[in-house]
Amino acid sequence: MTFEMPDFLLALPEIWVLSMACLVLVVDLFARGRESALAFHLVQFTLLAAAWLSIETQWGVTATTFSGTYVADKFACLLKVAICLLTFLVFAYSRDYLRKRDLLSGDFFLLGLLGVLGMMIMASAHSLLTVYLGLELVELCLFAMVAYDRENRVGSEAAMKYFVLAALSSGMLLYGMSMVYGAAQSLDLAQIAAIAANGESGLLLAFGLTFILVGVAFKFGAVPFHMWIPDVYQGALTPVTVYVGTAPKIAAVALFVRLLVDGLGALHDQWQVMATIIAVGSLAVGNLFALVQTNIKRMLGYSTIAHVGFLFLGFIAGTEEGYSAALFYAITYGLMAAGAFGVVILLSRRGFEADLIEDMKGLNDRHSGFAVVMLILMFSLTGVPGTVGFYAKWLVLKAVIDVNMVWLAVVAVIFAVIGAFYYLRVVRMVYFDRRSDGEPLEASTGLRIVLAGNGLAVLVLGIFPDSLIMACKVALAG
Amino acid sequence: MEIVYLAITLAPLIGAATVGLFGRRLGRQRSHRVTIAAVSLSCLLSLFVLSRFAWGELEPYNETVYTWAVAGGLHMEIGFLIDPLSALMMAVVTFVSLMVHIYTIGYMHDDAGYQRFFSYINLFTFAMLMLVMANNFLQLFFGWEAVGLVSYLLIGFWFTRESAVFASLKAFLVNRIGDIGFLLGIALLLAYFGSLDYQQVFAAAQAQPAQMITVLPGLNWSVITFACILLFVGAMGKSAQIPLHVWLPDSMEGPTPISALIHAATMVTAGIFMVARMSPLFELSDTALSVVLIFGALTAFLMGLVGLVQNDIKRVIAYSTLSQLGYMFVALGASAYAVGIFHLMTHAFFKALLFLAAGAVIVALHHEQDMRKMGNLRRYLPITHLTMLMGTLALVAAPLFSGYYSKDLIIEAVHEAHRGGATLAYWLVLLSVYVTALYSFRLYFLVFWGKERIDPHAKEHMAHLPRYVLRAMEWPLILLAIPSVVIGYLTVEPLVFGDFFGQALFVAEPHDVLHEMGRSFHGSWSFALHAVAGPALYLALAGFLSAWFFYMVRPGLLPSIRDRFATLYTILARKYGFDELYIDGIAASSRSVARLLWQVGDARLIDGMMVNGTARTIGRFAAMIRGLQTGYLYHYAFVMILGLLVLLTWFIGDWRGWFV
Repeated sequence: MTFEMPDFLLALPEIWVLSMACLVLVVDLFARGRESALAFHLVQFTLLAAAWLSIETQWGVTATTFSGTYVADKFACLLKVAICLLTFLVFAYSRDYLRKRDLLSGDFFLLGLLGVLGMMIMASAHSLLTVYLGLELVELCLFAMVAYDRENRVGSEAAMKYFVLAALSSGMLLYGMSMVYGAAQSLDLAQIAAIAANGESGLLLAFGLTFILVGVAFKFGAVPFHMWIPDVYQGALTPVTVYVGTAPKIAAVALFVRLLVDGLGALHDQWQVMATIIAVGSLAVGNLFALVQTNIKRMLGYSTIAHVGFLFLGFIAGTEEGYSAALFYAITYGLMAAGAFGVVILLSRRGFEADLIEDMKGLNDRHSGFAVVMLILMFSLTGVPGTVGFYAKWLVLKAVIDVNMVWLAVVAVIFAVIGAFYYLRVVRMVYFDRRSDGEPLEASTGLRIVLAGNGLAVLVLGIFPDSLIMACKVALAG
Repeated sequence: MEIVYLAITLAPLIGAATVGLFGRRLGRQRSHRVTIAAVSLSCLLSLFVLSRFAWGELEPYNETVYTWAVAGGLHMEIGFLIDPLSALMMAVVTFVSLMVHIYTIGYMHDDAGYQRFFSYINLFTFAMLMLVMANNFLQLFFGWEAVGLVSYLLIGFWFTRESAVFASLKAFLVNRIGDIGFLLGIALLLAYFGSLDYQQVFAAAQAQPAQMITVLPGLNWSVITFACILLFVGAMGKSAQIPLHVWLPDSMEGPTPISALIHAATMVTAGIFMVARMSPLFELSDTALSVVLIFGALTAFLMGLVGLVQNDIKRVIAYSTLSQLGYMFVALGASAYAVGIFHLMTHAFFKALLFLAAGAVIVALHHEQDMRKMGNLRRYLPITHLTMLMGTLALVAAPLFSGYYSKDLIIEAVHEAHRGGATLAYWLVLLSVYVTALYSFRLYFLVFWGKERIDPHAKEHMAHLPRYVLRAMEWPLILLAIPSVVIGYLTVEPLVFGDFFGQALFVAEPHDVLHEMGRSFHGSWSFALHAVAGPALYLALAGFLSAWFFYMVRPGLLPSIRDRFATLYTILARKYGFDELYIDGIAASSRSVARLLWQVGDARLIDGMMVNGTARTIGRFAAMIRGLQTGYLYHYAFVMILGLLVLLTWFIGDWRGWFV
């Protein structure tokens, strides 16, 4: 076995993020004062630079390095850009919130940044080992972030549940991987794909596949592996909830595509039915449970489950269009969810979390501009034409209809109609319900600008979705 | 010329928009200046266009100026067809409109909605011009609906009065019924002749006049007859013919300038204009023309009778308008389109005059409309009195006055016509001459002669009326009185017997009654002298004498006569019971059907069971299953394992072929 010098330059985005994380760690240690402003700005800069570096070094190339465990291609590049930018947005929301609660410290952003590193590794994984490495890095950061507010019992409980269940699911994932390794005699995804394609040792491979699917579904929070979602969404601090609810979904798409499409794509017929069960279950459970929630974070948690069901339709279709539609769905969903939680952050203040749906009452009277933002976001989550959410739904539905699974599209649309209820209820609260105490909003200017920009982005993408759709298509085309 | 036509239509629109949007900021005086300037421009340009046509210097213009949409083979366009017919209509519309604009300064001088009113009447002028200048059915329909809308807005102008709101709604609803017919007619023409353009439809209809359509199974009609009757239903609504006439008397709730402009001179004649414009179609269907003839004659006679028992000065004139519109339709039904349009024009002048004069009386008496509280007003309002007399003489067709020429020609034309119902129509319009004279002079005597029955307050108000108010109202009266007297004498020859209209009106060879009549026509003067030879003059005279006798000589006789003919009086006072039939019969029963559908069909079945029922079921189900999320970690883990087992079961089953 000869040792080959890896092409470090290819992995420059990850290397950059890692080095910066180390730097921030040190800087934060010495510049604790002034609310860790330096750490925050460094982290935000790191994210933007990482997005830029990804485009610069990885768009348009397809190459592996580190003995074939790391791949740089358009798919990885697009995912990294989306992850970095969404996280940038999430951090922009977070700072104000944390400062008001005296929770602001560099640790939060550092953990988030390391999580981003994990997600980026997942996006570029080309070996079962790299996949698992990235995944665990993300999850460890997430556990810590969910438990970030030590004084909060609900948060600690949620973190505990999340930890145990994630460990369970990781165990299943690892078990599945070991079987796949047993069948393929390799950790390299390309070789696994070759073995899967020639059809030998199918039983073992397919058995492993089932366990892997369970692990992946858990990361998505798809039914029946979704139980952690509501508790974590509700229990964690709102900025953590936004973090959990946005970029990791995109990373989960990476996980799915790398493992089940790049690796085990030949077994699509086997996992298609399982994915269908998971999708329909997610649509049903997500939408029905969301109906009866009173806590908006919990409601958005269930709504995530429903959206994952929709996203799965793209995988089920098993075509390039389907995968790109799922990717588009994940990215745009991240944007919408960030905005929705952003409004929750906007309304909250110290000692008041604004996490009940009722707290949305009379938003229009308090600030009509943000009422419009909430309106756009809710319409987009519903899938009203003219918003980006419509295109997301339309693309995945088209993908399943193209492979003659009309019934699935019909089921999805029926559940989407049911789902419209709880989004529109929020709109009703915002516009038609009065509240007695019309206190002015406390949020800082920065937060307001970011939120307005987020709403605008959803609107603009709803009007001109073409470029992002094209980018997703190109990314999946290879 | 296109720029001229555009200016004619757009000037009032711009005026309306300016005053409508910025009227409050502009103030009263600038508002009426803007709107009057806009209408003056339209009027001058229209008169210019008309004169060019009159001297034969202008060719008809038929062009599209704007394509709104193209769907399939269907072109939806804005276009102008300017020929002598539309030129005449444009001139009449803008002239009367201008007079009314000026008059409004006086009439509305103390009204809070001054600017709004000017904006509306400017908008109306625009809509009416769009209607008459259209070269296709779509634009015609646009104008048709737009004038209807403005009419609705203006009838309900004093929207705090319940009666005004009721009247505006009534006008709108009744017109809706007519509009359905109109729209169906247009749709039928489009379906069979494939175009909305007038000329293309006319050409296609001439090419295949014998197409049939199955109206009901086993009932086949000629397409053209059916379409013409449907179009005429639209005309019935807009021009208030029996049985869709009920809205016009109520429309008198609107301010009087509106009654003059919209509900006498212009909008209500849109139906007549439309039928004349469609003469190439109507000429292909004797049946449709007979229908027009009979309905017109019935309206002319029956509505004139109702005018006899009204006490509200405006309502008398309103019923007179209905009757005169009936005359116009009689002319159209007798294929004497030129005479119909001719009467439309003379009527526009003298009826606008009568309304404005009545309005002057009403303003002078501080909005008193009951003729029983007037009398002897000639001493206080001399100019109004004189001009009103001119208008009355024109209306009753006194020789040499404009109304004489148009009305006498109608009677003669229907006498000459050989169409089904022509004989009946002839007798009805002849009798109407007597009725017209009777109600006209009744009004005249009651208002201007006889004993003074004026309320003291009103009298005091009259004494303190600002001078500019009277001035603003008197000038239009004088300017309208002039054409009311002379226009018939001057224009009867070119308009009716000459070739002014040229190709604009189409009359089939065997129907051409005017050609027949033209042989015995030797100039306006001798035609006036000719009056002594016909029955109409004596009937009018008899009407005048009856009015004089009953209201001036022996007013005491009236109550006893009323008692003797109590039944007849009740029928007339109830206006033949149309209102009761519509409101208590049709409207009430459809409302009860609607209520039934609402409460049972919509509220209980659709809303209650289907919509809310589904939502409730889902909500209940969701509430039921939410307990599954227990919050216990071992439950969560259990569900995960269960999920894994389900997937494994499926996987093994698939492997062993259990599901195949």
